[in-house]
Amino acid sequence: MTADDIREAILEILSDIAPDEDLSDLKPDIAFRDQLELDSMDFLDIVMELRKRYRIQIPEEEYTKLASMQSTVEYLEPRMKDIEKS
Amino acid sequence: MYDTIIIGAGMSGLAAGIRLAHFDRRVCILERHHAIGGLNSFYRHRGRRFDVGLHAVTNYAPKGTRQGPLARLLRQLRVAWDEWSLAPQCGSAIVFPGVTLEFSNHFEQFAANVARHFPGQEPKLRRLVDALATYEQLGEQAACESARRVVSSIIDEPLLREMLFCPVLFYGGAREHDIDFGQFSVLFRSIFLEGLGRPTAGIRAIVKKLAQRFQALGGELRLKARVQRIAVKEGRVHHVELEDGTELPTRNVLSSAGWPETMRLCSLPADPAAVEPGQISFVESISVLDAQPASFGYDRTMVFFNETDTFDYRQPEDLVDLRSGLICSPNNFVYTEPSGEGMVRISALANFRRWAALDPEQYRLNKLHWYDRLAEAAVRHVPDFRSRVIDTDMFTPTTIRRFTGRDNGAIYGAPTKHYDGRTPIDNLYICGTDQGLVGIVGTLISGIAIANRYLLRN
Repeated sequence: MTADDIREAILEILSDIAPDEDLSDLKPDIAFRDQLELDSMDFLDIVMELRKRYRIQIPEEEYTKLASMQSTVEYLEPRMKDIEKS
Repeated sequence: MYDTIIIGAGMSGLAAGIRLAHFDRRVCILERHHAIGGLNSFYRHRGRRFDVGLHAVTNYAPKGTRQGPLARLLRQLRVAWDEWSLAPQCGSAIVFPGVTLEFSNHFEQFAANVARHFPGQEPKLRRLVDALATYEQLGEQAACESARRVVSSIIDEPLLREMLFCPVLFYGGAREHDIDFGQFSVLFRSIFLEGLGRPTAGIRAIVKKLAQRFQALGGELRLKARVQRIAVKEGRVHHVELEDGTELPTRNVLSSAGWPETMRLCSLPADPAAVEPGQISFVESISVLDAQPASFGYDRTMVFFNETDTFDYRQPEDLVDLRSGLICSPNNFVYTEPSGEGMVRISALANFRRWAALDPEQYRLNKLHWYDRLAEAAVRHVPDFRSRVIDTDMFTPTTIRRFTGRDNGAIYGAPTKHYDGRTPIDNLYICGTDQGLVGIVGTLISGIAIANRYLLRN
């Protein structure tokens, strides 16, 4: 998957978790926590959705890498490059 | 082999089931009754639909709210706000001798009413609200403190104290007279800071959607599947045995059957104090009216009344205690579409043992007798609706016992809560009222939290 595919995949997960949010003007460099007021339960869900959909395992100490869209894509890019886009 | 068997298709069991099924766990919910929902259920009677259980959803939040229990819950269950589409309450009141305190979903209005009726107490009310916000950081010990003691140390006007305890205990007090401060805090916030709402179609709309979602995700729901025994081998659950002898092997069990009830299923004697059942139960009368309550000037959503200066929240000696109660009109929410026939529901404290001891004929007669007496007590506090009644129903502590399986028909479960959800058995967890969260939103979150913490980790 390319960086764009990964961004798309994350947006899909976010829109499932928070169906009432308008994600069209999500800022890539601002933390999800601040923009969407996601809490720790939601971050755990992003991790679990990645595992469910793409079989990606993220160790607990690296959850902090998922803070914003930009950091998430940077973190996932090398880990998802061999995954076929679904 | 199941990953998890959930006992009870009430709110907490359904919510936990949705979480587990969503993340591809093999999960089965066993419900002993033929209906889902547990305490918060619904039925048809003489061609009409009735809701039972709580009158309103507490923890109301308008669409677009991102923080707070309702928003968190909707995200965890992947539900859009519009799917439940809660209508906010019109306005409620706490009625004590000589003082009526109105409250709505706007705390500032309530604070202003407190200031008007109890000069000097409003800053203290705000200090209490601050104390609610800080208790969470103080850990479990603070959460288990006596709410009576904490509130007395902040609010020195006894009547106001009693008036604050009245809706809080009615909406979730499992113990007589007092409640853990942690639970007080959750309930106080859910009623006074967030507020009340209701889907137009009633609680059944939520229960049905949860069950449909669970099944659509591949979860298995078995009705009339009563658990006879939780078979334990070497400190772990080995399988669950149904009344008809079926043995269901499972890796984990999540029970919403209640703490004493679950311990009994495992044949654990434990120490008697730890399995003490609750004593608090209710009767409720339902009156169907030929008009909307608002058409004859009855526009309050909830009225919590108490006719003495102190609020005596305990199991009564008599079948019913008429000195206090809650009166609800499910029509009095700000709906965007018509809410159906007019209805009044009246609840009051009741004695399980007294009701359970009646023979069928006495039981029937007492239901009629107490229906009339409840209505008579209620019309001292709301406009007289009695000439408009076209149908009635009544439930008692034995009805609650039948639908929820709780000892003593204890509506809010056992007095001792088990906040961490664990039991002496490794792979057995509890959720629901005895885990310590009450109210519809609270009990849903209980199922979610325990599923997340223990059953989705591996």
